[in-house]
Amino acid sequence: MKKLLVLLGIIVLCLLAVGYFGSVTPVENIAGMEDEVPGDGIVVGFSQLGAESDWRTANTESMKSTFSEEKGYEFLFDDAQQKQENQIKAIRNFILQEVDYIVLAPVTETGWDTVLQEAKDAGIPVIIVDRMVDVADNRLFTAWVGSDFELEGKKACEWLHAYTKLKSIPAENIHIVNIQGTIGASAQIGRTASLRRAAKDYGWDLLAEESGEYTQAKAREVMGSFLKQYDNINVVYCENDNEAFGAIEAIENAGKRVGKDIESGEIMIMSFDSTNAGLTDVLEGKIALNIECNPLHGPRVQSIIETLETGGTPDKQAYVEEDMFATDTSVTSITVNGFNYPVTKLTEAVLKERTY
Amino acid sequence: MQKKRKTLTDANLLLTITIVVFFLMYIGAILFQGKGFLKPQTFFNILNANAALLILSCGMSVVMITGGIDISVGGVTALVSMCCAVYLDYHNGNVLGAVAIALAIGLAFGIVQGFLVAYLDIQPFIVSLAGMFFARGMTTIVNTNPFNVANEEFVALKNVRIIIPGMGSLNKLGKYVNAYVEIGVIIAILVVIILFCVLKWTRLGRFFYAVGGNSQSALMLGINVKRTKFLSHLLCSLLAGIGGFVYFMHVGSGAASHAMGAEMNAIASSIIGGTMLTGGVGNIIGTFFGVLSLSTIQNIVSSAGLDQAWWTGITIAAMLCLFLVIQSVVMARKKK
Repeated sequence: MKKLLVLLGIIVLCLLAVGYFGSVTPVENIAGMEDEVPGDGIVVGFSQLGAESDWRTANTESMKSTFSEEKGYEFLFDDAQQKQENQIKAIRNFILQEVDYIVLAPVTETGWDTVLQEAKDAGIPVIIVDRMVDVADNRLFTAWVGSDFELEGKKACEWLHAYTKLKSIPAENIHIVNIQGTIGASAQIGRTASLRRAAKDYGWDLLAEESGEYTQAKAREVMGSFLKQYDNINVVYCENDNEAFGAIEAIENAGKRVGKDIESGEIMIMSFDSTNAGLTDVLEGKIALNIECNPLHGPRVQSIIETLETGGTPDKQAYVEEDMFATDTSVTSITVNGFNYPVTKLTEAVLKERTY
Repeated sequence: MQKKRKTLTDANLLLTITIVVFFLMYIGAILFQGKGFLKPQTFFNILNANAALLILSCGMSVVMITGGIDISVGGVTALVSMCCAVYLDYHNGNVLGAVAIALAIGLAFGIVQGFLVAYLDIQPFIVSLAGMFFARGMTTIVNTNPFNVANEEFVALKNVRIIIPGMGSLNKLGKYVNAYVEIGVIIAILVVIILFCVLKWTRLGRFFYAVGGNSQSALMLGINVKRTKFLSHLLCSLLAGIGGFVYFMHVGSGAASHAMGAEMNAIASSIIGGTMLTGGVGNIIGTFFGVLSLSTIQNIVSSAGLDQAWWTGITIAAMLCLFLVIQSVVMARKKK
């Protein structure tokens, strides 16, 4: 018993010591920091849905580098590991910590009303990034920053239209399959809608649509079964890069070739996101067109916060600028809704310059 | 008789350490991170978010005290959430029906797993491993895509807030906000109290300790070892059913990825709370503080704004290590 008491005593002493020294040092630090920056930094809490892809990591990095200490921000980050409950927990924590702004990259669109109301009641503006939230009252969030997924889809379709017209391939000879993203995700909804509309307008043959759940494995499976069902597929519309990788694998396994030259029997792959791996495939000619989905949301969010700080009202929706990359240079630019978008010819140099 | 008293003393020591560590940690958090942790709501949010884990851990402790283990509880939680969600939204169900479904799933798992472990003498780890895979698989079969429940009756229940009188804090706008807990917390506290009484003052509770401590001697004392083991697994799975519903009430959605790793958190909480994997030692109050310690650590890491989620894991690993060392020291002393 005596030994035990000694042991217990030691443990408690250790913990106390850690607690004591641990508590003294940061307190001093905080005091020191306050001396340096009199108008204390803006505290931004960011609830990121996870770290599942290169795209997501680039998104997180963009936020971190934007809201750095040097620029006068205090940045709190929470990785929710794909779970809405973790995001709700993080937002509640941010509210209790009295942050100045909450930035939320929601994992799903629904189920946010209660917690966003809590943030609103506490007077903390919430800025949504990437995916949208579906709430009864749009005043629950201040602004949204992200990609215009429908525009992305339109760009892809316009390019296909321009390209096939240039090669004088008749519309009825274009046989498309669509490997959709996770059903219900904003990107899936926008990109699918644009393809459907274009297929109807231009008279393309849209053979089939099925979800590849944004993963390589599932897309490979889906593409495999498409190839068994239809022998005339010449365009595959993949709603992200990982699905494109899966589709390419399935096509090559079936003994067919991928490429832009659809008249000579190649199957054309169109993809979205423009991640590094995706663009490498563009460089190799495996993916004909890759529409960028820009993850660098940080600067846009910062400009919204700056507007709010000066008492202004930011736009409810802010889109990030997005590029498009192709192996073929015959189409140099396309027009959607009266705006002209240039098509970038991908080279090694362009790929090296990109941050994600 | 003397041996028994000694065991209890050891258990009390482990319990004391757990409680001391929890309070030190919380005080540390207040000193480190200040204002957030000073608000009572931060503490109640920890309870709100972990009520389900608390219930799961209580069940886990009972099984561990009896010398077994049950790693299916996370899977059962996910299955309960999904079944209830599908029932409420796709079949226009009511909340009572959903509760019945949750209990039925828990009971079914308990009977099957308990039978396999107790009467067919199969390793509880293997049995519950199969149970875990089965539950996760069934969840996906019931419904693949995650979705939020829109059933009005349920959403109203989910949003019920029980105000804690006399506690609250000023928010950023200077408005006084009352502290609250969700219904799940009340259920969890009830489970803790009931199980505490069962383990401390009932014959069944004593049997659990006796079987876990030394099943051979328990058999000689005339205890029905098989039945006791069966009941411990039944109780654990039933609590997993209840915990599953509480979890469902907290998140309000069904998804195959729900409660991923919850069984491991429950085991960790029990161990931090002073329950031994070897059986025979454990305490529900300890488990309660074990859950609090585990979730406070998670909260501290998240409030610190540390950008890497694995810090939580590393801290929990360090804590588990500390407690396992203490336990083995206690065990070594007991053998002398």
